[in-house]
Parts: sequence; structure tokens; C-alpha cells
Amino acid sequence: MNSLYLRRQLINKINMFIAVLMTIFGIFWVVWILWTTIRYGLPALNLHLFTQDTPPPGAEGGGLRNAFVGSIVLLAIAVVIGTPIGILAGTWLGEFAVKRKIGGVVRFLNDILLSAPSIVIGLFAYAILVDPLGHFSAFSGGVALALILIPVVVRTTDEMLRLVPGSLREAAIALGTPYWKMVTKITWKAASTGILTGVILGIARISGETAPLLFTALNNQYFSSDIWHPMANLPVVIFQFAMSPYANWQQMAWAGAFIAVVFILVLSIGSRWLLRRGGGKS
Amino acid sequence: MSASGAVASQSLDKDASEQKSATKAGSSFADFLFRKGTGLVALIVAVTLLAVMISLIVEGWQALHTFGWKFLVTTTWDPVTNEFGALVFIIGTLVSSAIAMLIAVPVSFGIALFISELSPNWLRGPVSAVIELLAAIPSIIYGMWGLLVFAPWFGNIEPWINDHLGAIPGIGVLFQGPPMGIGMLTAGIVLAIMVIPFIASIMRDVFLITPPALKESAYALGATTWEVARNVILPYTRTAVTGGIFLGLGRALGETMAVTFIIGNANNLSASLLMPGASIASVIANEFTEATTSLYKSSLLALGLVLFVITVIVLALAKLLLLRLEATQEGKKS
Repeated sequence: MNSLYLRRQLINKINMFIAVLMTIFGIFWVVWILWTTIRYGLPALNLHLFTQDTPPPGAEGGGLRNAFVGSIVLLAIAVVIGTPIGILAGTWLGEFAVKRKIGGVVRFLNDILLSAPSIVIGLFAYAILVDPLGHFSAFSGGVALALILIPVVVRTTDEMLRLVPGSLREAAIALGTPYWKMVTKITWKAASTGILTGVILGIARISGETAPLLFTALNNQYFSSDIWHPMANLPVVIFQFAMSPYANWQQMAWAGAFIAVVFILVLSIGSRWLLRRGGGKS
Repeated sequence: MSASGAVASQSLDKDASEQKSATKAGSSFADFLFRKGTGLVALIVAVTLLAVMISLIVEGWQALHTFGWKFLVTTTWDPVTNEFGALVFIIGTLVSSAIAMLIAVPVSFGIALFISELSPNWLRGPVSAVIELLAAIPSIIYGMWGLLVFAPWFGNIEPWINDHLGAIPGIGVLFQGPPMGIGMLTAGIVLAIMVIPFIASIMRDVFLITPPALKESAYALGATTWEVARNVILPYTRTAVTGGIFLGLGRALGETMAVTFIIGNANNLSASLLMPGASIASVIANEFTEATTSLYKSSLLALGLVLFVITVIVLALAKLLLLRLEATQEGKKS
């Protein structure tokens, strides 16, 4: 009896110790990866990064100006295309299809799209936009990113609209408000913080995406603002420079990586904070 | 949160049916337009998956037609002679993901257990947030870190793996090879780190919603924390935990950039996990812009189709398992 008791206690202690160890193991990687980006990225930062374009192989100096601008253009295309589509589809799910089977099916497909490999989304954008037009373009890259952004926005919009109390809707309807006006003026407003959070989270997710851009936006050594032709962008430049044998290219890749990580962490922590604040209000 | 959601959706349901009769009476054309318009957009989102599938079939048709079933079961990948077989990459994808799951599942279980059962309340939020940061870091950063920092470090450990794990009869052959740092095992480890946040957060969520009455009755009978976890929490949440694992697997299978950096990109099979290999995603990322002949390009797109089909099946399974949990949850509440 006593020995059995001790054995159970021992097994418990060992397993709980392992659980704590596993948690430390998980946190360890976060610290290591972030520390690496800071350690190599911070010293590589300088003003030229923002004022000069990517250098040719072997040349000294240079910066990432064209890549930053290209990434901003790509994100803008993705947001302009993806946000309205995402919000409208999410609105249909959250307002008109809450308990309907068809809503469940759409939600199911959207969730699969949410986790689908981004490289396959890139191949799709290649198949529908690059191949028929005959050349790589920033626009096709923006569309690929939009396809990754949309499911994120759909999902948060749907969830946030479902959290809006039904009494709010009933009050508006009872006053004779048309349904569309009730949605646009009442429920969208009530869920606005949540929907905004979804868009920000989606932007955070796509701003680091590299795989779908490899064969859509491609890359461009020079500054370009023509969205119908290849355009430099930060993730692909980081990829190319990190894999290269040139020391100054690698340094620039670390600087770009550092800036990308800071940007993404600010967005995701910011949206978390926004959600908590908004959640406290409702 | 889900309770208020259920209430909202119930009354919303009433709204919708009332609204439907109002529309039938012809009260508002704008409402009709709004409903159908948003519905149409939702439909477009829903058929995107199908469109992806069709476009990949169309673009990959040349390769599938030329090689037939042999595309899936041959190992030759030779752009010079125009012979393409996907088996090396399919195996590479499956093996690297399998290594990732072997590491990620127990670690995620430990993390979820810590957060739900052991951690003091004030530590719960911070630990969850830090683990979720792993999901926010973009995969290209994992790739750079993996290639330039982790792989050189891991290369120092590999001789030890050679000497000890490589000496085990039977599975020893898996761990024999040159200590280069990069390769299948490194890719698997980095993939594991990348999917831990996805699996751990689902496990944590379902562990936390296990009814306290169940846990407390076991504790009252004198069970230890581990016994409660093993015999009460785990059986209760089994379906969702499996769903979470499949979700992580789906992520691991399709992961591209990190794997491309560190798997070594060798288009041949080797028994050792320390040797370089290639996955479907990595070969597409590496070779797509270099593919000059149309058969070459078509073969890469067909590879994309294979990857897409595998991940969609895995993700659909994951989703179905998680849906079952949601259904029982809602059933219990109402």
C-alpha cells in the first residue's frame, strides 16, 4: 500500500517535471531565434538600407529601399483585394448562415484554405495570372497574398459578428431598420475592433510570406513601381541574400529579417492588445 | 465566450427567419441584394479550393499524362533527359513531417499540461503568449536561423548521434552519415518547433474546457495530477487532441521556406536521416523559376497538386475531428 502510494507519487513528480521541462524547451527556441535576429540584425542596421537599392553581386554598399517599397506595394494590393472580400464573406457567414448547413460547409472550406500550404497558393496565382499573361508581375504576387489574407479576415469577421448580442439586432429591427442598414450601421460597428484585429493579424501573416512570391512577384534588382512587372520584395530578397556567399548580402539579409520580425511582432502584439481592450468593452 | 456566442446565434436565428418572411412580403429589395451579394462573395471564397485544385490539374496534366501512375512511384528526377518521378520528394515530405510530429506532439502535450494544470494563474497568459510567438515568426526567419545558426551547432552534435544512436542495431542506419548539420533530421527538428504552437494551443484550449467536476471527482478519489491527465483529461479530449495533431501535420507537410534552407536539397533517397534530402515544397521553391521545358514545369505543378491533395485530406480530417468536439460542446450547453 505504502510502496504503491510512493510509486504513484514518484511517477507523478517525474511526469510533471517533464511537462515543466517541455515548456522551458518551447520557450527556449523563441528566445534563441529572437536573440539571433537581434544579434545579427541590429548591428547591420544603417540609414543606407532605406535610401539605396539592392546592390549587384560583389559590390559594396547598397540598401533595401526597393525591397521595402515593393513589399509595401504587395501588401497594399493584398489588403485592397482581400479585405472587402473577406469582410463581405464573413458577414454572410456571421449574419445569414449561423446555424445553416451551407454556412458550416463554407466555414469548413475556409478553414482548410486558412491552413493550406502557401506555396500551393503561389502556384495557383502563377497558373491564373502569370502563365496567361506571359510574365511575372507584382500584381500576381499581391493576389497570392490576398488569397492567404482572405480566410483570416473571413474567420475573424464571422466570429466577431457572432459575438454581437442578438438583442442589439432585435432592437434595430424593431425600430424598422432594414437588415442591410442594421448590419452596416449596428453590427459592423459593434464588431469593428474585432474585424480590424483580423485584418491586422492577416497582414502580419502575409508580410513574412515568401514561398508564394517566388514565382509571382519574383524579384527585381532595381527600383520599380510598375505592378505589371516583377518587383523586389523583402522576403524574396532576404531569401536570395541569406543563401548567397557574399558577406555584405548576408548582413543585409539579417537587417531585413530584423525589420520584418519587429514589424510582424508589433502587428501581432498590437492586435492582441486591441482585441483585449475591445473585448473588455463589449 | 462560446456561451454568449450560442445565445447570440440563437436570437440571430430568430432574426433571420423573421427577416426571411419580411423579404418574402417584398418589403426590401436592398435587403435581398445585400443577402445575395454577401452570399455570392462567400461562395467565391468557398470555391477557391476547388479552383486551386482544377488549375493544378490543368497545369500538371502534361506531366500526369506523360508519366501516368509512374509519376508517383518512380525516383528519377532528371531535367536533362526529361524524366520526372515524384517519389523522392513525397518520401522526403512524409519523413521530415514524421520526425517533426514525433518531437512536437510530446512537447506540445507537456506545454499544454503545464499551462492547464500546473501553472499558477498569473503565469498562464505569458507562457501561452510566448509559445504563440513561435507561430508569428515567419518561416523565412526559421530558415535563416536554421541554416546559419542552428545547423552549424547541430553539426557538432551529429558525431555523437553517429557514435551512439548509429550503433543501435536495426535503426542505427538511420543515424549514420557525415555530420554536415543540414539534412532531413535538422529539417524535421525545425519543423517541429514551427508546429508546436499550433498543436499546443489546441491541446491547451481543450484541456482547459474539460469539466472541472470530472477532474475534481478524480482528485477526490486521491488521483495524482498525472493520473488525472492520463485517465480523465486525455480520454475526454481525445478527438480534439487528434484533430490538433492533424492540424499540425498539415502545417508541417506544406511548410516551404524553412525546409528549403536546411533540408540540403539532394534529389536522391538515402537511408540516413543525417543525409540531405528534399521535400515537395522545397523542390518547387528551388526549381520552379529554372524550369525551362514545359514538361519540367508541368511536373513541378503536378508535384504541387500531390502536395495540395495530401494536405487537404489531412486538414479536412483535422477539421472534422475538431468539429465533433464543438458539436458535443454545444449539445451539452443547450
